Amino acid sequence: MDFNENFILGCSAIGAGLAVIAGIGPGVGQGIAAGHAAAAVGRNPGASGEIRSMMLLGQAVAETTGLYGLLVAILLLFVHPLLP
Amino acid sequence: MGHGILLTDVDFMIHGVFQYSFFGHPVWITTTHVCILIVMLILVGFAVAANRAIRKGAEVPGAFQNVVELIVEKLDGMVDSSMGHAAPRYYNYIGTIFIFILFSNISGLLGLRPPTADYGVTLPLALITFSMIRFSKWKYQKPGTIWVDLCSPLPSWLPIWMPINLISTIAVPISLSLRLFANVLSGTAMMALLYGLLGWIATAWPAALHVYFDLFSGAIQTYVFCMLTMTYISNEIGDGTRR
Repeated sequence: MDFNENFILGCSAIGAGLAVIAGIGPGVGQGIAAGHAAAAVGRNPGASGEIRSMMLLGQAVAETTGLYGLLVAILLLFVHPLLP
Repeated sequence: MGHGILLTDVDFMIHGVFQYSFFGHPVWITTTHVCILIVMLILVGFAVAANRAIRKGAEVPGAFQNVVELIVEKLDGMVDSSMGHAAPRYYNYIGTIFIFILFSNISGLLGLRPPTADYGVTLPLALITFSMIRFSKWKYQKPGTIWVDLCSPLPSWLPIWMPINLISTIAVPISLSLRLFANVLSGTAMMALLYGLLGWIATAWPAALHVYFDLFSGAIQTYVFCMLTMTYISNEIGDGTRR
């Protein structure tokens, strides 16, 4: 079977849109991390500096999965790996 | 090739500047090389100036000497706070990659394409870190301990869990490099889409977005890269009794 280029490009765009749905997970995770950090600062305001750096570190690690989705989307949109 | 009509002005890809033949292989010098050269020249110039300022250091420091001392103190303090007694051996490496990655990330403000938005830059950085982690492990721990760690949840005479531990070891440089690369690339792509699609509407106000994508995100990712490097290394060092 052969498809023409426009069909493949359109399907790549749909796939890119589906791939960035991966952003939901990191959003939820970072929100949970920030909420717990806020609770921790409320309990122990003296440790706010350490809590902030730990929160940023954890959020950045949680962000990785979302970034993989973003990479797939960017590859599909701009590199066109599916075109023959 | 049929691009969409909207994407004709958008351009954030790496371009080749010129090509030469290296033992028969065509090798491209790209915009990444040029930008990394500019970054390196600026950093080397800063380092030479800092060296002269410190060499002729006064008892009451001037402005530039003050800034240099502040940078060194902050970087050393960061390494100290997360590595403990092993910190002095790693001041140089962590400080160097911190300054390099930070300046690479915020070089988007100078109109360069950030060198860290190229996987060929972030992968070597992560591989240097990875070899450093492994080296620290072999230096500070006995082979027997390493073997027990490798078969970790199960007893050491039953190494069926070892392949999984090996995979999670190999995933370290990949995730480190991809995290930095994808963050910087996403900022670059977003700014390029903004400027490419909006045209003259995108005047002056994207500066706020530059502050977020280049300064904030770049600084956070630099910090995360260095923090993860230090965390991995101090995990491998353990209690630090040298064998």
